[in-house]
Amino acid sequence: MAAKTANHKAWWLVAPVVALVAFNALIPMMTVVNYSFQETFGDNVFFFEGFKWYEQVLGSERFHAALGRQLAFTFTILVIEIPLGVAVALAMPRKGIGVSVCLVLMALPLLIPWNVVGAMWNIFALPDIGLLGRALNGLGLAYDFTQDPTSAWITTIVMDVWHWTSLVVLLAYAGLRSIPEAYYQAAKIDGASAWAIFRHIQLSKMKRVLTIAVLLRFMDSFMIYTEPFVLTGGGPGNTTTFLSIDLVKIALGQFDLGPAAAMSLIYFLIVLLLSWVFYSLMMRNEER
Amino acid sequence: MSLSWMAWTWQTATFFILLAMVLAGMGLWEWKRPGGNPRRGIFGLDTTRGDRLFITLLGSGFIALGWLSFIGSPPYGALVICALWAIFVFRRV
Amino acid sequence: MRRFKWLVPTLYIVFLMLPIYWLLNMSFKTTNEILGGFSLLPQDFTLENYKKIFTDPTWYNGYLNSLAYVVFNTVISVCAALPAAYAFSRYRFLGDKHLFFWLLTNRMAPPAVFALPFFQLYSAIGLFDTHIAVALAHCLFNIPLAVWILEGFMSGVPKELDETAYIDGHSFPSFFVKIFIPTITAGIGVAAFFCFMFSWVELLLAKTLTSVEAKPIAATMTRTASTSGYELGLLAAAGTLTIIPGAFVIYFVRNYIAKGFALGRV
Repeated sequence: MAAKTANHKAWWLVAPVVALVAFNALIPMMTVVNYSFQETFGDNVFFFEGFKWYEQVLGSERFHAALGRQLAFTFTILVIEIPLGVAVALAMPRKGIGVSVCLVLMALPLLIPWNVVGAMWNIFALPDIGLLGRALNGLGLAYDFTQDPTSAWITTIVMDVWHWTSLVVLLAYAGLRSIPEAYYQAAKIDGASAWAIFRHIQLSKMKRVLTIAVLLRFMDSFMIYTEPFVLTGGGPGNTTTFLSIDLVKIALGQFDLGPAAAMSLIYFLIVLLLSWVFYSLMMRNEER
Repeated sequence: MSLSWMAWTWQTATFFILLAMVLAGMGLWEWKRPGGNPRRGIFGLDTTRGDRLFITLLGSGFIALGWLSFIGSPPYGALVICALWAIFVFRRV
Repeated sequence: MRRFKWLVPTLYIVFLMLPIYWLLNMSFKTTNEILGGFSLLPQDFTLENYKKIFTDPTWYNGYLNSLAYVVFNTVISVCAALPAAYAFSRYRFLGDKHLFFWLLTNRMAPPAVFALPFFQLYSAIGLFDTHIAVALAHCLFNIPLAVWILEGFMSGVPKELDETAYIDGHSFPSFFVKIFIPTITAGIGVAAFFCFMFSWVELLLAKTLTSVEAKPIAATMTRTASTSGYELGLLAAAGTLTIIPGAFVIYFVRNYIAKGFALGRV
C-alpha cells in the first residue's frame, strides 16, 4: 500500500467523531475523577477527602477478591472460546447454502439483548423447571446454580461461551476466507499434512483477526455485568460477583459514590494497561 | 445549566488543566519540530514522542496506585518517582 | 475424518439453539404450567402471552422505543465514522495514532462506571428520557467500532481511485459521495450491522437514561420481573420477540457479512 500523505487538515474530517465521543467520554470521566476524591451525602453536597477512597479500595479484601474472580473468569472464557471458535470456523462449509445457514444461526446469540441472555439461561438452567438443570439432575449430578458456587461458575462460563464464541467464529471465518485457493494447491503439491496446512497457512493468516478477537473478548468480558447479574445476581454469596457487579452494588446499592468512583478508575487503568499491551503487540504483528 | 453535579474541586480542576496543557504543549512541539520516525528503545518497543508521553502517564498512574497501596497518602513521594520515570521514558524507551 | 467435519458446526449450532428452544417452549405455556410441571413441548398451548404484548401499550411501546434509538444510533455512528475512517486510512496527521487508540479506549471503559454521570449529564442538557439521548450515549462505544471497521475496508481500496477522481475534476465531497461510498457498501453494511447489534443488546445505559417515554423493551422486562412476581410465560414471550429484529437484520446483511469479511481486514 502506498504511503499515506501528510495532511493536518484531515482533522476536520475527524472532528465530528471527536466531538461526539469526547462529549460522551470526557465529561463523565472527569465527573468520576471528581467523585473519587470526595464524600457525598446526596443533593450535590461534596466534601474533599483526598486519596482516602483509593487507599480504602486498594487495601480492601473485597476489591482483591472481585478482581481475582474477574481475572479467573476472563482467562477461562478466552481459553475456551478462542480454540473452540477456530475449530468451528475451520469445519464450516466454504460455499453453498450451508454458509448462509451457519452464519445466520451462529450470529443469533450475538443479537439477543444481554438481560434476555441472562433470563434465558436462568430459566434454561433452573433445577426444577429448566431443561439443563433437569437433565443434569436426572443424570445424578448435584447441580443447582442458585445454591452451589461450582454450578454457578460453570453456568456463567457456559453462558458466556454460548453467547460470544460466535464472534470468534465469524472473525476466524473471515480470516480463513481471505486465504487464496492457490496456497492450498501449493500445499497439496508439496504433500503437506493437515496439521502443517493449519500451522503454516491457516493459523498465520488468522493471526490478525485472532488478535482482534482476543482484544474484543478481553475488553468485553472484563466489563461483563448484565448477563451474570440477571443469571445469578452475583451469588450464591459473592462467588460470581465480578468487578462491574461489585461496582454497581457499591455505587447504587450503598450509594457510596466516592469508593465506587475510585474503584472504577483503578479498574479502568488496569483495562487500559492490558489493552495497550495487546494493541501494541497487534500493531507490531501488522508491520511485519 | 448548572455544573454543580460535576462536583468540581480546585485540586481536580488543576490536574485536568495541567493535563490539557501538557497535551497541547506536546502537540505544539510536534507541529513546530516534528519528532520524526519511531525509535527502538530499551524495551524493544518502537515509540514516538507521543507514545512516550502515553507510557509516562499510564506508568505514573500505576506508580501512584502502588504508592497508595504500600505506603499510603499523601503521595508526594510518588510524584518524585513519576518525574524520574518520565525522564527515564523520554530518554531511553 | 473429513467425512465427519460437518458434525462440528452442527453440534455447535445445536448447542446454540437449545436455550432458544427452551425460551420459545416457555413462551407458549401459561405461567401455571411452567411452575406446575416439566414438559418438552407445551401441553396447554397458548398464545395469551403474545396477545398481551401486542395489545398492551407499555409492552409494544418498549419495542418501538428500542428500535427508534437503535436506528438513530446506527445512522449517527455510520455517518460520523465515514469521513473519520477516510482520514485515518488516507492521511497522516498530528496525533493520528493516538487519536485512534483513544477512540478504542472508549470501548474499554466499563459502562457501569459511566451510569451515574451519564444520568446527570443528560438531565442537565434536558435530553433525559428521549430516544436521542440513548442514541447519543451509545455513540460512545459504537463510533470507535464503526471507525475501526470502516478504516479496514477503506485501506483495502487502492489510492489510485481517489487520484483518478481528482484528476477527472471531482471535488472531495462529490468524489466521496458519488464514487467512494458506493465502492465500500459492503463495509458500510458490516459497520451498520455491528452498530445495530451493540446498540440493540446494551441495557445498562439505555435503562439509566430513560424512565417512561423512551423506555426500552429490555427495561420493561426487568420491571415486570420485579413488580408482578414471576410471570415467566410473559417474560419468555417478550424475550423471544427481542430476538426477531436481530434475526431480520442478520438475514438481510448475511451476504454483505460473508463478502465484507473476505474484503476487509476486520
